[in-house]
Amino acid sequence: MSHHTTPSKTLWTPANILTAVILAIGLILTVKRFTMGLGSVTNLTDDNPWGIWIGFDLLCGVALAAGGYTTSAAVYLFGMKKYHSAVRPAITTAFLGYAFVVFALLYDLGRYYRLPYPLTIYPGPTSFLFEVGLCVALYLTVLAIEFSPALWETLRWKKLRFWAHSLTLVLTIFGVVLSTLHQSSLGGLYLLAPSKLHPLWYSPYLALFFFISSIPAGLSMVIFEGRLSHKFLHHKMDQTHIDEAPGVTLGFAKAAAVVLFTYFNLKWIGVALDNNWHYLSTGWGTWFLVEMLGFVLLPCLMYAVAAREKNQKLAFWASIVTVLGIVLNRLNISLVAFNWQLPTELRYVPSWEEIMITVFIVTLEITVLRICLNKLPILHEHPEFKGAH
Amino acid sequence: MKRRKFIGMLAGAGACMAASTATAGGTHHFTGYPESFGVLFDSTKCIGCRKCEAACNKVNELPAQPVPFDDLTVLDTRRRTHHDTFTVVNKYSVNDKPVYRKQQCNHCLEPACASACFVGAFVKDKTGAVSHDASKCVGCRYCMIACPFEIPTYEYHDPITPRVRKCTMCQPRIEEGKLPGCVEECPKGALVFGRREDLLNIARERIRKHPNVYINHIYGEREMGGTSWVYISGVPFEKIGMREDLGVTAAPELTSGALSLVPAIVGLWPMFLTGAYALTKRREKIAEEEQHHAVAEAVAEAQAEAAKKTKAAMDKAEREKQAAVDREVKKALKEAEEARLKAQTPADPSEQ
Amino acid sequence: MEFMTLHDFMFWTKGMAYIGMGVGLVAFVAFWLFLSERDEDKFADTEEE
Repeated sequence: MSHHTTPSKTLWTPANILTAVILAIGLILTVKRFTMGLGSVTNLTDDNPWGIWIGFDLLCGVALAAGGYTTSAAVYLFGMKKYHSAVRPAITTAFLGYAFVVFALLYDLGRYYRLPYPLTIYPGPTSFLFEVGLCVALYLTVLAIEFSPALWETLRWKKLRFWAHSLTLVLTIFGVVLSTLHQSSLGGLYLLAPSKLHPLWYSPYLALFFFISSIPAGLSMVIFEGRLSHKFLHHKMDQTHIDEAPGVTLGFAKAAAVVLFTYFNLKWIGVALDNNWHYLSTGWGTWFLVEMLGFVLLPCLMYAVAAREKNQKLAFWASIVTVLGIVLNRLNISLVAFNWQLPTELRYVPSWEEIMITVFIVTLEITVLRICLNKLPILHEHPEFKGAH
Repeated sequence: MKRRKFIGMLAGAGACMAASTATAGGTHHFTGYPESFGVLFDSTKCIGCRKCEAACNKVNELPAQPVPFDDLTVLDTRRRTHHDTFTVVNKYSVNDKPVYRKQQCNHCLEPACASACFVGAFVKDKTGAVSHDASKCVGCRYCMIACPFEIPTYEYHDPITPRVRKCTMCQPRIEEGKLPGCVEECPKGALVFGRREDLLNIARERIRKHPNVYINHIYGEREMGGTSWVYISGVPFEKIGMREDLGVTAAPELTSGALSLVPAIVGLWPMFLTGAYALTKRREKIAEEEQHHAVAEAVAEAQAEAAKKTKAAMDKAEREKQAAVDREVKKALKEAEEARLKAQTPADPSEQ
Repeated sequence: MEFMTLHDFMFWTKGMAYIGMGVGLVAFVAFWLFLSERDEDKFADTEEE
């Protein structure tokens, strides 16, 4: 990229212009939400208290940020050193993912300024939401510390960098514990509403399903983002990253195949345990089969073939189908199969403002991610700290 | 002294655990507050006059409604509670006859909203009322997800201080010995206030006395673990908009099992993961040692091989040297012999 | 301590459990450090070959 053209010329790429437009609209809607209330920008009602800000921003955001704990566990706990170059990108994605989940939550909470309440003066330990809040708060801290060496290296603050890095093992273990808990607790939330969630999606195993499915979600995001980084940020990657990339893609593809296979089996056992087979012949049953066969079994097989044939391109496509499948599952549970018994006129459809604010938040997140990948030693090692991890 | 103290603490902890298992949730049966109140609604007596709605509005100082309470045409539409209406009466047509049902918070014995609330803003009071403390509420609206009766409502129009709203069973009035607003105004006695146990007996008595009038079921006796607001009806409850598929499991029991796994995971995962790490480190250490040995062995082997080669080369050189020496000696001897033979033949007949 | 409702029981017991988790995690880290503080020399052949 030429450094001799005027800065304004290189800054206003089509992608950046689109980003600026989205950010501008998002800011206007943000002002509206906080000056005129939730009702002014959402289609939320007393029958439908949770919309896409919970269903997508929160549930999908957390599931797709699962690459952090899976990758760091693989490298630091199970000794799979060949994936080491994937750790920093995964942690970065996870950190930003969770940070923006909390950011999105501030839009949805009626009294956002009271967010610290459950973790300080008014704990409500009977609630799975308490569990989610506690674990997300702690995990965000863990991720911040795990992410920080990239910052300290850039600032050359050696002592801080050493301290943060020395905590890697403890933080990795704590991170897996916390991730297991909050990933599953997001599913646990819906245990309280058996009368509102369609039987094919409601299960006593909901918490387990959410946790298990978060693993291929995270692995797929690492594969997906790795491929995009390779294409658009190749100049930022050092040789180690470039060399290890195929191994990461294929190794993670194999792992994702195994976990998706397991998840697929467990879901059917869930149907069997509650004797819900007869629902399969209904319209809802068809939709359930679409999710299971098209977005769980299919990517499982795609990953399996990709791993066997060492086909990175197929693994990339499998990662897209998997991510879409996780999103579909979370949306099904929170919005589609939720309140399935309500008459059509009372069902929820997001308002354009809700969608726009979601787009705004995601765009903001991607923008920050791009800045991080460009400016920080994530896709390459900092020259002064080579081999120091 | 330290060890003894530690063992003493262990014994104390053990004694506590033994004592508390007597009240563990596994076998313990929670009966609720013994003298708590409730309300009995008899749909055979309700005429849909909406006076209870008006009373509720007045007692709770709720905003004026766009449609006055004596306008009965609204009964032709299906309504639900909103942030400014804690109760509504709906009209249902059953066998071409109108049947009315009043809808409000059922003040469950084990409220789902209380179980869901992550700041503990809901309290089941000893009066039987389930109250909401707006000073704790963060506005997450999980209570609205949890309530199987779709009761809590939200002030979505308020940007800064939105509240969750619902019927309070007029707890302040009850505590003063007064009746809830709706019960006091009902002209037909469709609402009866009293101790929950007494209400259930009244309901059973009415059903027993008029078996042809009433469906043989008291709604709320066991639904969702039991509610303080109970209903009897002359028509199937489903026909007056009341769900009969909610089951009898109390809401907290729906999550209690899964929540119990949380401390188990926090306890076990560190053990497993640290173990995985230790195994990995051991594997790496063994691999490193094996590599160490393999390198040392290879080096020794190479050295031995080199020494062997050197010796062989030296031996060969020695042999070659010896052979060369032998050849020279032989040559010298041969030349000497030839010279001697030549010197020894002077009498040559060719020379006379 | 008598609990009248399952909710009150759970509020107390789950609360205690969370405190126990926090204490347990810190204790685990301390215990692990205690257990492994002498493992400095990686090449010492302390086990039988």
